[in-house]
Amino acid sequence: MQDSNGDSGMIVIERLEKSFNGQRVLRGLDLTIQAGESLVVIGRSGCGKSVLLKHIIGLMRPDSGHVYIDGKDVTVMNETELNELRKRFGMVFQGAALFDSLTVGENVALPLREHTPLSENEILDRVKEKLGLVGLEGIEGAGPASLSGGMKKRVGLARAMAMDPEFILYDEPTTGLDPIMADAINDLIRSLQEKLSITSVAVTHDMRSAYKIGDKIAMLHDGKIIYEGTPDEIRKCEDATVCQFITGSASGPMTNS
Amino acid sequence: MNANHTLVGAEDLGRRIVGGIEETGKVFLFFLSILRAIPGFWKKGHLVVEQMMAMGIESLPLVVVTSLFTGGVAAVQAAYQFQDYVPMRYLGSVIGKSVVIELGPVLTALVVAGRVGASIAAELGTMKVTEQIDALETIGISPIRYLAVPRFMAGMIMLPVVTIFSDFLAIAGAYTVAYFSLDVSANVFMEGLRLFFHLRDVFGGLVKSLFFGVVIATMGCYFGFSAQGGAEGVGRATTKAVVGSCLLILVLDYLLASLLFRVIFAG
Repeated sequence: MQDSNGDSGMIVIERLEKSFNGQRVLRGLDLTIQAGESLVVIGRSGCGKSVLLKHIIGLMRPDSGHVYIDGKDVTVMNETELNELRKRFGMVFQGAALFDSLTVGENVALPLREHTPLSENEILDRVKEKLGLVGLEGIEGAGPASLSGGMKKRVGLARAMAMDPEFILYDEPTTGLDPIMADAINDLIRSLQEKLSITSVAVTHDMRSAYKIGDKIAMLHDGKIIYEGTPDEIRKCEDATVCQFITGSASGPMTNS
Repeated sequence: MNANHTLVGAEDLGRRIVGGIEETGKVFLFFLSILRAIPGFWKKGHLVVEQMMAMGIESLPLVVVTSLFTGGVAAVQAAYQFQDYVPMRYLGSVIGKSVVIELGPVLTALVVAGRVGASIAAELGTMKVTEQIDALETIGISPIRYLAVPRFMAGMIMLPVVTIFSDFLAIAGAYTVAYFSLDVSANVFMEGLRLFFHLRDVFGGLVKSLFFGVVIATMGCYFGFSAQGGAEGVGRATTKAVVGSCLLILVLDYLLASLLFRVIFAG
């Protein structure tokens, strides 16, 4: 267990287990994410990557095991403590998950309006700044329904950044985007990472994205992390399962078993 | 083979019954969690007002039509049953009583359950399956506080308000029918209406509708929040919310009627 005087911004996951309807999705998963590090978790669709993210931010409770954020156990927190913790987090969802009843500006402003004593003008400035970061100045008044997929994702990213979080979680940041937009999002994530040194965890099955945004890449398979290393290390990895995934081949140990 | 079939049937039935009881318990726990989140709702006052407006605007056209025709039918049916046994001057009394105690609150509740209950479940269900509810939680906002409580308060306030409209309109519908097609003069109808009128009847009806409002909002929110599996799941949630509220409204109507008119007002 991590003790509480460790680096601020560190995530430690210990022996995490979770089943859905008798199907064991996470089977004793261990993972440590250092402060300021950008970790990418790769794995096949449906292998439990999103479930892992949801455990980190306390949206799901594990059957057993622990998640420590700066030494504090997320899995035993009550609603109030979780809400307090979540103010330090930003999360970007696969489908952006913008609130359709609010405009783009209101979406980004919502966490600020709820959690900060900022005046309306300060909030508007902050919203403008965050939308500027993702290259979308001036669309505050638009409704989420009128945006393209890539724009929605970028607004989702701006919303996640609104509270200047210490941690960001990305759920499939590039899925469903055209390759050029995907690359632009990767660049954006990378530059935010370098500028603000946020601890970030991204889950994806897009290898290009993984190589680009990860300081480290971890592979999730059969409910466990089976490999962890830098992008260069994983390219040279000789583990047959990892090789099959990163080269994207239909035959190999993952599909034959 | 046959015994096996029976066994499977029994197992299925048992599972459904246990599932039903489980669901009832979950709805009740959800209801309690809304109650716990109510203190401090005025900080979200604008959300409550927004929901109240939406509910009123959504349900009023339906309630107008339903009430006018219900009143009309009530007049025709009462007149038919009176025939030669009961003088027509009691028509107004019967209409007045049945509308404010029963027809107004219950029919309004059923119509609003179909309109507002469905739209709550569909909206929240869509938010659930597109991860907007999760997103709300990750921002550190409680979906119960931010989404359920405003709808709950709005339902509780607006259903009695809409019911008052419905009471007036139903009586107006009955009056119109009585005057134009049953040859009951305006004076006679109004006299009858006043004859056995008790304010406590109106009050009792409105208390019932307040509870119905709670039922509609709670069921809509519960099934919306528990939707899963895309568009189909949202559809299922919506159906469950409407069917569930309608059943609960009718059962609760009996319980509340017994409590109000046989215990509280009778004493």
